[in-house]
Amino acid sequence: MALKKSQLKVGDVHEEVVVENLSRGLIVMYAGTSGDYNPLHSDEVYTTQVAGYPSVFAHGMLTMGLTGKMLTNYVGDGRLTKYGVRFTNQVWPGDTLTAKATVAEVRDDEVDLTLETVNQDGKTVVTGNATARIDA
Amino acid sequence: MADKVTMPIEASHIMMFARSVNDDNQVYYDAEYAKKTEVGHILPPPTFYRAVAQYDPDYFLRPKVGQKWFGSAKGPTGIDEKPKSSGGLHAEQHFEYHQPVQPGDVLTVTTKPGKVWEKESKRAGKLTFTETIQEYRNQKGELVVTSRGVGVKTERPVDQG
Repeated sequence: MALKKSQLKVGDVHEEVVVENLSRGLIVMYAGTSGDYNPLHSDEVYTTQVAGYPSVFAHGMLTMGLTGKMLTNYVGDGRLTKYGVRFTNQVWPGDTLTAKATVAEVRDDEVDLTLETVNQDGKTVVTGNATARIDA
Repeated sequence: MADKVTMPIEASHIMMFARSVNDDNQVYYDAEYAKKTEVGHILPPPTFYRAVAQYDPDYFLRPKVGQKWFGSAKGPTGIDEKPKSSGGLHAEQHFEYHQPVQPGDVLTVTTKPGKVWEKESKRAGKLTFTETIQEYRNQKGELVVTSRGVGVKTERPVDQG
């Protein structure tokens, strides 16, 4: 399942749809498992009437988790050494997200990836980088 | 975040967390399946470590016994004064993985503040960024994960235009 150096080249792309029509239910599940009950993510009344947003929106960490699914599917379980992201736009109920990893550098035992997750309108919601151990 | 928090790694928490990030990889659910993989055991998904919030008695984004909660109840907010800011958002998150983690491990998580900086933005006014560094050590004292998070407080809600 792990990536092999001999099969990797700079510019290779791995892409997955990581969530379709994101539900408020999934956002609530994420609040429950992560312990982050910020009402901006699960409380439509507070978020629209007090915080001034059009609706609740996903935790950044949910989008990072969804992007992480694409990443571990690509590099294999337990192979990541680094994974970092910047949250560039909010993710809303109903969004469909596609996460993409592009090979940036291949070394003897590691690969560097650049990451981008976009919504159904092509708007970037997350950018990032990851490094994973690879086989020869 | 409290300065020092104990985070027991539990298979059921990993299972529920994997569900909540829409991930059906059986390595997060099935110990027998996981045994046959390269890793050899159930392991947490890569972003699991921020769920340390569950184990922090002081975590401010959780309703607590006997305390008012700022989310809606009878009215749109459960506190008397209007919250000062639109709330914090997460700007960046970075993990480094040093050693494998599995159910049964007990991690000690230390939190220390990092840098603070400000920036003007067209979409949300003045932005105040705050960095937090967390170190996760296992029961043997080995550093297993490092986390660097950046939170941002906005002057007003982020413009969606």
